[in-house]
Order: sequence, then structure tokens, then C-alpha cells
Amino acid sequence: MHHTVEVTRLSFAYPDGHQALRDVTLSIAPGEKVALLGPNGAGKSTLILHLNGILKTQTGSVCVAGLDVNQKNLGRVRAAVGLVFQNPDDQLFSPTVFDDVAFGPIYQGLKEADVRSRVDEALAAVRMTDYRRRVSHHLSTGEKKRIAIATVLSMRPEILVLDEPTAGLDPRARRSLINLIRELPQTMLVATHDIRMVMELFERSVIMDGGQVVADGPSTQILADAALLDAHGLEVY
Amino acid sequence: MHAHFLDPYRDGASPVKLPLALAFIVTAALLPPGAWPAYVLLFAVALSVVILSGLGLGYVYKRALLAAPFVLAALPLLFTVQGPALLSFDIGPWTLTLTQPGLVRFVSVALKSWLSVQVAIVLAATTAFPDLLAAMRALRLPRLLVAVVGLMWRYLFVLVDEVFRIMRARDARSGAPAERAGRIGGSIPWRAKVTGGMAGNLMLRSFDRSERIYAAMASRGYDGEVRGLPRPPVPPLAWAALAAGLLFLLLILLLGLVS
Repeated sequence: MHHTVEVTRLSFAYPDGHQALRDVTLSIAPGEKVALLGPNGAGKSTLILHLNGILKTQTGSVCVAGLDVNQKNLGRVRAAVGLVFQNPDDQLFSPTVFDDVAFGPIYQGLKEADVRSRVDEALAAVRMTDYRRRVSHHLSTGEKKRIAIATVLSMRPEILVLDEPTAGLDPRARRSLINLIRELPQTMLVATHDIRMVMELFERSVIMDGGQVVADGPSTQILADAALLDAHGLEVY
Repeated sequence: MHAHFLDPYRDGASPVKLPLALAFIVTAALLPPGAWPAYVLLFAVALSVVILSGLGLGYVYKRALLAAPFVLAALPLLFTVQGPALLSFDIGPWTLTLTQPGLVRFVSVALKSWLSVQVAIVLAATTAFPDLLAAMRALRLPRLLVAVVGLMWRYLFVLVDEVFRIMRARDARSGAPAERAGRIGGSIPWRAKVTGGMAGNLMLRSFDRSERIYAAMASRGYDGEVRGLPRPPVPPLAWAALAAGLLFLLLILLLGLVS
């Protein structure tokens, strides 16, 4: 059985010399839902950007869905990994919701009928079918987050990677997003500061700090370790 | 920036650097075509400034290639100025005649813009942007204009970051199917439409952002007037440098006009 995500001894330094990742090793099994915790600047986003080759691997290796992440596989890797950015405004760059959700399928060269059915399927999954003709610019933050998830679901990814999905949402929008994440069947890696959501949804947690994985294990165990959480700037609930 | 030109009195020097650079550019612009001795002197000034700035000749000259497009704009001068013909050739039904005064005008414009760009590069590379704004204010440029330039500088980087994030989000969704069916990447018109949508979105968001920035400014008491603490006085040495520089440039200009 191949692991859906297999990161081995990955290190990365930004052009300004800042060492963002040091020797990160992480594997995620198919269907597993994993929370990625850590303070700002811990390297969570840098790690996420490696999973679909937005950042080029410097040392170590990254494998997703059985594909090595390299220049040759880039297209298939990006179709397999649905990356949802923290700020939905970055994700939604088309005039209408339909155009945005259709971007991935059209880019892949699917036929028009397939594109339409993919869009319907993705919007139905996030329960936003009625929003097809809406203008992204006018949606609320909660609606934008759901549409942002739909824009990657339309690619039928094997893995969903979400960066701070609940940040900036009101309690109701947060609740409905948590329910949505629970329903989605994909393998997931979710970077978040929302510890209560982690306790509710994720069986496994990974803590990063200073570019390293400092803890990896069952959420119940990790989130009960007050000393560990405190040492890495996380709140104890 | 790694520059130390005029550093001993750097704080006070920027109100002097800006007028000197402007005076240099105005002098270059006012010199008549073909005033070769004056050009040589101007070149000597520009070269001294570049060397003294410690930026390195390569750094300045590479960036000075920015002048190239302006030179292109002057290209028609070669053929449109009347005078003794040097060379003539046919392109289809048209005959282009290269004239001697045309050539002089063209070379003059090219030289002058190249020299002006060098001075502007040294100014921009050795002066912190807030100092440049302060110098503009000291020159009594309209305050609103200075405020607009300042805000543009501040938010240019925010906008560029936003552009990169949008492009990154597009790249993240630019996938390929496992089995190759059709053409990947979509049609050219569709791609153009996507890019247009991105640009339009950026426009809308910038507009929204400007409203928010204005609201934040207004809620801190902004009334259209940018106020600052009084600037430190310009040291006498800098005044002397300004006077000497302006005088020298004036002499070059006179030399060019007389010869």
C-alpha cells in the first residue's frame, strides 16, 4: 500500500536564506485526516506548498498519491492534491463562481459536458449549487471558503490540503465548515490554529515549530500534553 | 541599499540630491542637439556620480538600459528631420532617407536620455524612499501629489504580493488528468479570459482596499493634509554642494548653448 503523502527528510531555505524546513518527515495513509499545528512561521505553509510542487524540493523527497513531485509529474500532482489557500480571495480569481469552479477541469482539457458535471458535483458537495451564477466578489467569507473548497473538489483530488479553513469565520459559518470537512471523504491535511476543531475532527495531529516536526501522534494524547502545547506556542483547552 | 555616496551627511543630503538630479536632467534636456563638448562634460559628471556612489559601474549601467525604449521613440528622427542625405533605401513603395541632422538629433537624444537615467538610478539607489518624499515636500511639490506617490510606493508591494498569491492559486489548480485525453491548459482565448478575470479581480480588490485605507486614515484624523515632524536642517556643507552643483550644470548649459 502506498502512502498518500510521503515526505522524507525535506529541508527548504527561501532565497533570502531563511531556513523554513529542516529535515521534515511525514507520511499520511489513504483516508487519514491529519491536523497540522504550530505557531505562525513554523513552516506549515512552506510544507503545504511542497505537496503540489509550488515550491521546488531542495533536499529530501516528496511523494503524493504514488507520484514523485517533480517537474515531469507536476500536472498530475496538482490534479491529485487539492490545495485550498487561507485567503479565499486569492483562490477565487474569476468573474463568477462557475468560472472559478470550472477552472481546474477546463485546464485539464475535459469536455464541456464533463466540466459542467464536475462543477455541479463540486458545488453540490459544498452545498452551494444555487451560487453557480453569483459573482465571487460579493460573497461572504464563509461562502467564499466553501466555494474555494469546491474549486479544488472539481478536480476530484485524492488529497485535500486546507490552510486555516476556519480562520475569520463566525460561529455558524465555522460550524457548517466543520460539518463539511467531516463529510468529505478525501485524505486530508489541515493546517489550523483551531484546536477545538482538531479535537472534534482529527484523530491524528502533527505539531511543527521552527521548521521541524516536533510531535506526531493521536490528537487526544498530543492535545492533553499541556507542557508540549505551551512549549510550541499553542493554547491548551 | 549598499550605497554610501554623500553618507557623511546623508540625513541632510537628500533634499539636495533630488534638486541636483532634477537640475541635471533639465540641463540635459535643454542642451541643443550636437553640443558634443557639453555632453562630454555631462558624461563626466554622471560618471563621477556613479563612481562616487559606490554602487558599481555594472549595477548602474545594467539598469541604465532602461533608457533603451526612449531611444526607440526617437528613431523616426533619423528620417524625418530635413537636411543633407547620408543614405537612402526603399521599403516597398516608400523611400527612407537618413539625413545628417537627423542622425545628430537621434544620437543627442539617445545620449541625453542615457545620462539622465544614470543619474536617476543613482538617486533612487542611494536615497531611502521616505527621504525622497521628504525632499519632494521640501521642494514644495503639491502635498497631495507627494501623498499619492508615497501611498503608491507603500501599497505597490502589497499589490505585487497579491498578484503572486493569485498566480500561485492558479498554478495549484493547473493539473493534468492521469490519462491524457485532450489538450492540457485550455484554449488560448479561455486562458486570456482567466487572466483578464484575475486582473479585474485585482482591480476590484485594490479599489476596496483603497476605501478601507482611506477609512482607516480618516478615522485617525486625516483631512487631506499629510503632516510630518519638522525635518532636520540642511547642513551648510550640503547647501554648498547644491550651489556648486547647480552652478556647474548652469555653466555646462551655457557652454552648450553658446557653442
